[in-house]
Amino acid sequence: MKPKKRILLAKPGLDGHDRGAKVVAMLLRDAGMEVIYTGLRQSIDQIITTAIQEDVDVIALSILSGVHKQVSRKIMAKLKEKGLSGIPVVVGGVIPPRDVPELKKLGVREVFPVHASFDRILEFFRTDLSEEATPVF
Amino acid sequence: MDEVLEIQREKERWRKGLLETKKFSRASTSWGQELDAVYDPGEVKETKYLRDIGFPGQFPFVRGVYPSMYRGRPWTMRQYAGYGTPEETNTRFKYLLEQGQMGLSVAFDLPTQIGFDSDDPLVEDEVGRVGVAVDTLRDMEIIFQGIPLDKITTSFTINPTASIILAMYVAVAEKQGVPPDKIGGTLQNDILKEYMARGTQIFPPAPSLRLTGDIIEYCKDHVPRMNTISICGYHMREAGCSLIQEVALCLLDAIVYVEEAVKKGIHVDQFAPRLSFLIGCGMNLFEEVAKFRATRRLWARIMKDRFKAKNPDSMKMRVFSGCLATCFTATEPLNNIARGTIMTLVAALSGCQAIHTTSYDEAYEIPTEDSVRIAMRTQQIIACETDVPSVADPMGGSYFLEYLTNCIEKEVEKEMSRIEDRGGILKCIEDGSIGREIALQAYELEKNIQSGKKVVVGVNKFTSGEEQREVELYEPREDILQRQLSRLKEVKESRDQEKVTQALAQVRRIAAGGENLLPPILEAVRAYASVGEICNVLKVVFGEYQETT
Repeated sequence: MKPKKRILLAKPGLDGHDRGAKVVAMLLRDAGMEVIYTGLRQSIDQIITTAIQEDVDVIALSILSGVHKQVSRKIMAKLKEKGLSGIPVVVGGVIPPRDVPELKKLGVREVFPVHASFDRILEFFRTDLSEEATPVF
Repeated sequence: MDEVLEIQREKERWRKGLLETKKFSRASTSWGQELDAVYDPGEVKETKYLRDIGFPGQFPFVRGVYPSMYRGRPWTMRQYAGYGTPEETNTRFKYLLEQGQMGLSVAFDLPTQIGFDSDDPLVEDEVGRVGVAVDTLRDMEIIFQGIPLDKITTSFTINPTASIILAMYVAVAEKQGVPPDKIGGTLQNDILKEYMARGTQIFPPAPSLRLTGDIIEYCKDHVPRMNTISICGYHMREAGCSLIQEVALCLLDAIVYVEEAVKKGIHVDQFAPRLSFLIGCGMNLFEEVAKFRATRRLWARIMKDRFKAKNPDSMKMRVFSGCLATCFTATEPLNNIARGTIMTLVAALSGCQAIHTTSYDEAYEIPTEDSVRIAMRTQQIIACETDVPSVADPMGGSYFLEYLTNCIEKEVEKEMSRIEDRGGILKCIEDGSIGREIALQAYELEKNIQSGKKVVVGVNKFTSGEEQREVELYEPREDILQRQLSRLKEVKESRDQEKVTQALAQVRRIAAGGENLLPPILEAVRAYASVGEICNVLKVVFGEYQETT
């Protein structure tokens, strides 16, 4: 039996709104995945440490305050620095569709802006995330 | 009595006819209670008008907190605003005042709300983003430049750092030559809802409640026109809880705050008149209006029976209401103007003292001047072109409304008992059980929307395929951080550092002791100590809150 997929759901930065993150956490748990929710106010370092400790398959960031580009840039750089570029990163929250290409260029595997459907979220997380993300230059 | 029996008999006959109709869908309240097809006097036969409803401005205040209601004083149009630099905020404030807004409402950035200075490397991405950055008194001076603090009132959406912001407001007024007893407004200052739904808490509950008590005590003596707390139900509701829980949690929090002040030896009548509330207005017009009426009655009874208040002003639930923004959509955003109208109407029909109408573009950007103007015009149209403000509690007497008012009261009492039985609100916050419950309800609601069971027009029914509007994020200009940094540096260089050090030491001393923290915080603020410096001192003494996930 395949081991349960392990997802780290994190709230980076100062934003305290966690309704979306919690709803997605429950959705993924109901779908049979293991979700580790970090709680609020996580620094990039804390997120990466937890990702390693929990041996997760994917890091999912919930960002509503508009800092998604800055946070993505920083986390992708940190992961690379630590030799952890193999862990896919996805971002959800208040993301303008026009920012999606830039996030993907940074190496973010997938982006879920507001109103992302449950179906779309589940479809993504059910795929084999261990495929290497090919950064587009 | 005879008439009621006759009505009941006739209703049975009428209902038989109804059941023979081919099509008759079910309807229920948002908390799942089945609704009848129509309501009649029979539903409310237990209600005694004078005991249970009364007149506006009289216990139990169901019909409103003032006798004259809007004919004596129209509701305050108070739109939440603030972003970027203190200068931009000042400009937006002046614009709103010109457009007819009567009171200001300040949105602060997250670093300010959570006790960080703009120069803290942890927060560089957040400075000036979701609200205005305030590091020292200098920033507050700029925000209120040219705005006479004795002529307007200001609402501050600020919680763990409320004491610092209050001190700054007092200090700015001082510089304008306005004594503290002439300034007024509201401090949100509701720390318990932060743990449950909003997430800007800094310290653990006990010292946070001490700070709340200190603010109440200080204002009672020095800033009597300041509403010391805006006790919120709104945020838990937006986090996903039910209408019933919105009220129950709000009132349970209120009880904790009252107890905190009473513990300090302050008599309830000395501070309760300055407690205020923040409750959402939603789309289910009747249950929402009923909610406000039921909550007023519940609060009046809590203050009178439980806390033995004698002053009727202590029993009045004065409310600021904001449209539940989670009802708004990013798809077909102009539809939100209709939604905003309905929710604003709810607030006006409910006798709220101040109203914020959510702008139609809230789902994808910080409101533009145009969209916020429409929001204000919505309020102005209801105020000036309809007969809603002509009469207090105009919906009172509707059988459906009175029935719902009674229902909601009962359900809220049940919910409050349930939480008390589990150890009380503080325990349920600390063990994370309330947070989990709220999240579960949010999940259920989202499932219902995704499945189409809950209709959202334009989104899952009556869709047009219209391109979803591009989210326009407010990008704080590159220079905002730089400007804050250079201003903070300049303030730090030009202030009397010795004075700051001494003031901070005094804050620390008092924090570790039991005296009121406002005087030392005011001294620190006058010396241009920063939000971060003051909070760091408090963190040393109080510790930091650890979330239970």
